[in-house]
Amino acid sequence: MTDGHSVASLLAHLGIPAERVAVELNLKVVDRQTFPGTPLRDGDRVEVIGFIGGGEDTRHER
Amino acid sequence: MNDDRLTIAGIEFRSRLWVGTGKYKDFIETQKAIEASGADVVTVAVRRVNITDRKSENLLDYISPKKYKILPNTAGCYTVEDALRYARLARAAGVSDMVKLEVIGDERTLFPDTAGLIEAAKILIKEGFIVLPYTNDDPIVAKRLVDVGCPAVMPLAAPIGSGLGIRNPYNLKILMESVNVPVIVDAGVGTASDAALAMEYGADAVLMNTAIAGAKEPILMAEAMKYAVWAGRMAFKAGRIPRKLYATASSPIEGML
Repeated sequence: MTDGHSVASLLAHLGIPAERVAVELNLKVVDRQTFPGTPLRDGDRVEVIGFIGGGEDTRHER
Repeated sequence: MNDDRLTIAGIEFRSRLWVGTGKYKDFIETQKAIEASGADVVTVAVRRVNITDRKSENLLDYISPKKYKILPNTAGCYTVEDALRYARLARAAGVSDMVKLEVIGDERTLFPDTAGLIEAAKILIKEGFIVLPYTNDDPIVAKRLVDVGCPAVMPLAAPIGSGLGIRNPYNLKILMESVNVPVIVDAGVGTASDAALAMEYGADAVLMNTAIAGAKEPILMAEAMKYAVWAGRMAFKAGRIPRKLYATASSPIEGML
């Protein structure tokens, strides 16, 4: 599903607003300016993270 | 108290009460409690976005980064590598260069791994982060954190979520006298008097989450905490009387029959 996608188009495809997330591609943080220009290939590992409620007390969640 | 601002790394903070956003019933309650607390700093955690539930709401729709300073944490990180990874992702999400750095040492106590903390702080500071470290009530560790460039330290009062209050007031006082940066007491506060006490000891701010979110009436407790932090701060600035073993009359003897 990633082939032919850029980071930006993948987020759009998933319906995720790009402005409040960070993306990691194969364990490297992707600069948000380069979301449109960063191509994805088969086998790439993509992580999309955002902020959730948490304080001094967020539990380990693995 | 409005002109009594706290400044860390050139950033000015309106409020000396900082709050977390975890454990609330829903985003509406989170929003109302934070509003009632008067806090302008809110901590958030960094987690995977749920890509299967596209309609899921975003915390930041309720807690606007325009209104609040968002302080991402590295909660749940047990290694230096994990903490670095989460901190970098948090910064990449674009709300702040600040990070509340947590390197947790043990699942039962959630006490910080202070050796890992100092190591991670050093690396992140080199990368330009403003690192606010969640640390133990150990004055020497606090000094080391300042040495590597932390512009403030965040010692615990008691284990996270325990509500035990300040378990080691003497260490905390020594810690405050040992460093020349703001000290934010973080974790372990149970009720308003704990927060007031931390401020009376000379803390520059208090950060809490569970004490508010876990109260029967979180919004009411949030307001109580606002006044407790104010009262504690004012008492600290006013300077308390020394403790004495015996009475000192406050009414004059002169003129008695």
